[in-house]
Amino acid sequence: METSFAITGKGYVIVAADTTSARSIVKMKIDEDKIKTLSPHLLMAYSGEPGDTIQFAEYVERNIRLYQIRNLYPLRPSAAASWIRRALAESLRSRKPYSVNLLLGGYDTASHDPHLYWIDYLGTMTAVPFAAHGYGSYFALSLLDRYHNPEATLEEGLATLKRCIDEVAKRLVVSPGKYKVKVVDQDGIREVEL
Amino acid sequence: MSRSYDRALTVFSPDGHLFQVEYALEAVRKGTCAVGVRGKDVVVLGVEKKSVLQLQDPRTVRKVVMLDDHVCLAFAGLTADGRVLIDKARIECQSHRLTVEDPVTVEYITRHIAGIQQRYTQSGGVRPFGISTLIVGFDPHDTKPRLYQTEPSGIYSAWKANAIGRSSKTVREFLEKNHKDDLSREESIKLTVKSLLEVVQTGAKNIEISVMESYGKVTNLALSEIEAIVSEIEREKEAEAERKRSRLAATAAGQAAMSQRAAERQGSGE
Repeated sequence: METSFAITGKGYVIVAADTTSARSIVKMKIDEDKIKTLSPHLLMAYSGEPGDTIQFAEYVERNIRLYQIRNLYPLRPSAAASWIRRALAESLRSRKPYSVNLLLGGYDTASHDPHLYWIDYLGTMTAVPFAAHGYGSYFALSLLDRYHNPEATLEEGLATLKRCIDEVAKRLVVSPGKYKVKVVDQDGIREVEL
Repeated sequence: MSRSYDRALTVFSPDGHLFQVEYALEAVRKGTCAVGVRGKDVVVLGVEKKSVLQLQDPRTVRKVVMLDDHVCLAFAGLTADGRVLIDKARIECQSHRLTVEDPVTVEYITRHIAGIQQRYTQSGGVRPFGISTLIVGFDPHDTKPRLYQTEPSGIYSAWKANAIGRSSKTVREFLEKNHKDDLSREESIKLTVKSLLEVVQTGAKNIEISVMESYGKVTNLALSEIEAIVSEIEREKEAEAERKRSRLAATAAGQAAMSQRAAERQGSGE
């Protein structure tokens, strides 16, 4: 089942999401990218109701871009997170709310520190050092409690992520097969292979 | 007589004029000059910018703006009207990407902007936009530079090179005389600066140049670069004037010699 992780470290955020697209008990696709690049230093992993997720992610993407074109600088991660949370909160109170859960990882180029926000479909938002959504979170959060280090290098951070993924693969009945992993740091965004 | 046709609404006058639209064009003619030049694989926008006041932040006064990654716009006329129209266009650019997953073409966004301008000549309780715009850019998956113009009436058209705003007629005539097809990057920039210098007396510090070289690649020239081009143009003009002077002197000398010889012949003939 859908699982996504995110970990902050020294000057970076790692965001990982599984790549399966499932309907009922059937895997429809195994190479779906569920992490969107919102701006040069902002990543968003999304999960939830298929259709809602893409619709909402694209809506957010275009609005973040519009802000950047209007103002000639991008929204900082905290501002972007607040905007996205509000969009979800307003949607929740509409006739047809989006059911989308998000992990928003960004690097603040002004204050030079990584930011991670856990946001769910009810419009809950918290700034956290590590986060997870989906069934995988039940296994990964305790692991991250034990192994997360905010001063970890990228290699160490990726090793911790590997632990989470391995644990989920070992214990979860319906564990996803593949993950896409992206890193955002002061140089921008790049994809990494585990 | 005509007073009753140019009050609140855009209403036809008996001889078929929309006075409010014509006044909007007048506002454009009072605005600072903007020039667009299309080269072989480059398109250049040049604007005359007013000197900012001593304590003003120059970054907050912009006349060339981005609409999207691949489209730039310059305008002449009422800046406040420009701001509103630009915002509408920027929203449309993102909205277009959201709905059809493709960036806008330059023609599409021009048509959209012209459409908004037209609407404001035919709706109640509004007045036309007091701006003309030059829109430049590249279409997605295409290497051909584009240059369009829109007017307060909602007319839009494509150009090889054009000018809007104060003294735009002089500049357009200059461009008509000097524009060639397939200009290189440097030639296009130089032609833009040269044409602007026709109306900007104060030189480089009141000129702003934006160059778009390919899809999404926009550069604003620094003051030093513009100064270099301006001084190069001045040197050329100087040399041209010098040549003219020496040619004049030569012909004058030739004429003098000729008349002297004629006089001598006449003298010896007698």
